[in-house]
Amino acid sequence: MNNKEAGQNSTAWRCAQCSGPLEQGKVTVSYLGNDFPVQELKCPKCGLVLITEELALGKMAEVEQNLEDK
Amino acid sequence: MQELEAKCTQENPPACSAACPLHVDVRAFMAKAKTGDFQEALAVLQKKEPFPGIIGRICDHPCEATCKRCEVGTALAIADLERFCVQNFQVRPTKAKVIPKKSQKVAVVGGGLSGLTAALDLAKKGYVVTVFEAGAKLGGQLLGFPADVLPPEVLAAEFASLTGLGVEIRLNAEVENILSLPELLTQFDAIYLGTGAKSSATFGLDVTPQGRVAINPLTYITSNSAVFAGGSMRTGEFSPIYSASDGRRAAISIDRYLQGSSLTAARESEGTIPTKLFVNVTGLEPLPRVAIRDSNQGYTPEAASEEAARCLDCQCLECVKACEFMKHYEGYPKKYLRQIYNNESIVMGTRHANKMINSCSLCGLCGEICPQELNLGPTCQTTRQSMVERGNMPPSAHDFALRDMAFSNSEHFALARHQPGHATSKYLFFPGCQLSASSPEQVEKVYAYLRENLAGGVGLMLRCCGAPADWAGQQELFQTNMAEILTNWEAMDRPQVIVACSSCYRSFKPQFPAIVSLWELMDELELPLNVKNETNAVLAVHDACATRHEPQIQASVRNLLTKLGIHTTELLFSGELTKCCGYGGLQSFSNPEVAREAVSERIAEAPNDYVAYCAMCRDNFANQGKRTVHLLDLVFGQDIAESALRQGPGYSQRHEQRARLKNRFLQQVWGEQPAPLRGYQTINVKISVKLRQTLEERRILTEDIQQVIEHAEATGRKFINQENGHSLAYFKPASVTYWVEYRSEADRFTIYNAYSHRMEIVEDVKP
Repeated sequence: MNNKEAGQNSTAWRCAQCSGPLEQGKVTVSYLGNDFPVQELKCPKCGLVLITEELALGKMAEVEQNLEDK
Repeated sequence: MQELEAKCTQENPPACSAACPLHVDVRAFMAKAKTGDFQEALAVLQKKEPFPGIIGRICDHPCEATCKRCEVGTALAIADLERFCVQNFQVRPTKAKVIPKKSQKVAVVGGGLSGLTAALDLAKKGYVVTVFEAGAKLGGQLLGFPADVLPPEVLAAEFASLTGLGVEIRLNAEVENILSLPELLTQFDAIYLGTGAKSSATFGLDVTPQGRVAINPLTYITSNSAVFAGGSMRTGEFSPIYSASDGRRAAISIDRYLQGSSLTAARESEGTIPTKLFVNVTGLEPLPRVAIRDSNQGYTPEAASEEAARCLDCQCLECVKACEFMKHYEGYPKKYLRQIYNNESIVMGTRHANKMINSCSLCGLCGEICPQELNLGPTCQTTRQSMVERGNMPPSAHDFALRDMAFSNSEHFALARHQPGHATSKYLFFPGCQLSASSPEQVEKVYAYLRENLAGGVGLMLRCCGAPADWAGQQELFQTNMAEILTNWEAMDRPQVIVACSSCYRSFKPQFPAIVSLWELMDELELPLNVKNETNAVLAVHDACATRHEPQIQASVRNLLTKLGIHTTELLFSGELTKCCGYGGLQSFSNPEVAREAVSERIAEAPNDYVAYCAMCRDNFANQGKRTVHLLDLVFGQDIAESALRQGPGYSQRHEQRARLKNRFLQQVWGEQPAPLRGYQTINVKISVKLRQTLEERRILTEDIQQVIEHAEATGRKFINQENGHSLAYFKPASVTYWVEYRSEADRFTIYNAYSHRMEIVEDVKP
């Protein structure tokens, strides 16, 4: 993971469209017909969601694998 | 499935345990003794032997004659080692399971080894047992052994366990003198007779022509349904181990009789049994028995361990030894077949065997090695088909490989043309997707060579043969792809198909009986002129696993190498025993770890440089550091030293090379202008070597990155990092969501990171 150097400190990100800071908010992610409500960073105005590398390759990948074997 | 399972003999007992009517686990005993843990070795004996202190001293050991060590040395001294254990270590009482006492009563007539074994087993099951012994002491034939072999205090200690279980012992109680059998039956619910070989009493039961009590050899029942008998009274001579076995088996019958269950059902595994366990002793060093220095003392602990270490620990595992996939999952075919069966039976719950099923390379080596010809591949493949049909195939298992196939069949690569200046094709060259991706320049040279050497028109078809779909269990996709190929082939006047890839050969053979491999064809034609291979190196030939049953292709490859002046040597696993490079069955996509292990094992087989005739084999070996040349590198006179070291291209590069090959063919052979790059393809990205490696592992292609940037820049939907000005955006072109962190520069985008997930973000976009 090279995100530190690459600047994936998630608080440094701003929505490109409204320039505002991101806030934790309710996001729904879905896989193979299963919906999961999660708290993630998103733009409070336009709703754009940020999934970090850590989440994508960690917990998310794990849940994907488990769902695929169900 | 059961038929297949039966072919795997790994779970058959070793010859020693099969020969032992009590089925003592000799392998486990030796394993403990080898390490010097004689107390635990003794515990292994105790599990199966009713009186280990007695049997361990006097066993007539039918096991030893069957010991596989006989074929490479002399049989293990099983009996001597048992004696060592029981003479030097104390049997520790096992925690008896508390079994509720039953009210039924059993009389055991005869206090010899068979009767006392029956009494012990029945008492443990909770029956009220009374032993009638005619003599003044228990033991029968056991009393005839010298005291130094079988000390009286050992007998006393072992028999004490009977009274401990509540067995009533009546000495000086000759049954015929005190009670007749009918009288005995008024007081007891069942009777076991074990009166020895010398007894002439027949208790009014039916007899054999020799005048012995007639006893059923399976159930030990006599002509009276409540009376059972065994031991030397049945066999006519005393065998300690068979007496104990008779007593035990008769006790099983008595228990079944008293419980009202079948006397005969499921008794095949009792007593001395046949075993099919295959044990390969080839190449093992013959070792003689470790001698006992002092016959009065028996083995020393050191000598006993040394002797036990000669045990071969008989197993089959022939296929497992040769296959990294089988090794990886720490089982053997029978176990895997059961896991596959269970996996298929799951309706709700986790299917734990999915990844295992998808990890087999389907190469068929196990079937060649197995003495029973059990090939696990077809079961894995049909199971994958069934998983796909029922919607149970994990989408991530083969998605990437199938997208690679889709790319090869798209306008980016697919092409079917007659040779320029020909209205028909007598031949059709099908280079395959991976050779085109790995060595596009060789594909051009081969096509030119074929046009020069064959008359009647050599057409060209670029695309995927469909093997990845077949391996992924996607039969429908495989058939659709094949139908398209057939339509093109018909339209080209049914040319003879020439393939350069062994997997294409296997995919096509059922459709095109006249198919020929490039190697067979080149073996018949003149080789290109001025081919010089200035090497004295001896190359080891790696056969492609898809040619396992195509000896004519393997022979042509060797002929070509000879004509090229190359000295070759054979690998241990070659010809029909060749090994897969990890590409087969999409192993490297479903389970990269197993594929790497398979390559490591294969490239360590010989120190020589290898020569391969499949592009993926060559690339996979070279990528793990093995110097490997492709046969075409030799035919077309490449610098061998350089081509042997060349790393295979990455996934993105494979796409690019295929697309460029098509364009070069169109320009140079057909004089056509290729289609210009469009849309995201024109986005110029800069990716460091280090990040490129990460992207390979994450299976993220340059085109995926280009699409994310195209989408983000067009919509403005992205994040900007306040500290470094990087952009972060995502896009989901199909089933995978890709994230890219990048920075826009003058005429290109520098990429800092990319990752992906399959979970979908359910957008909550506000206007």
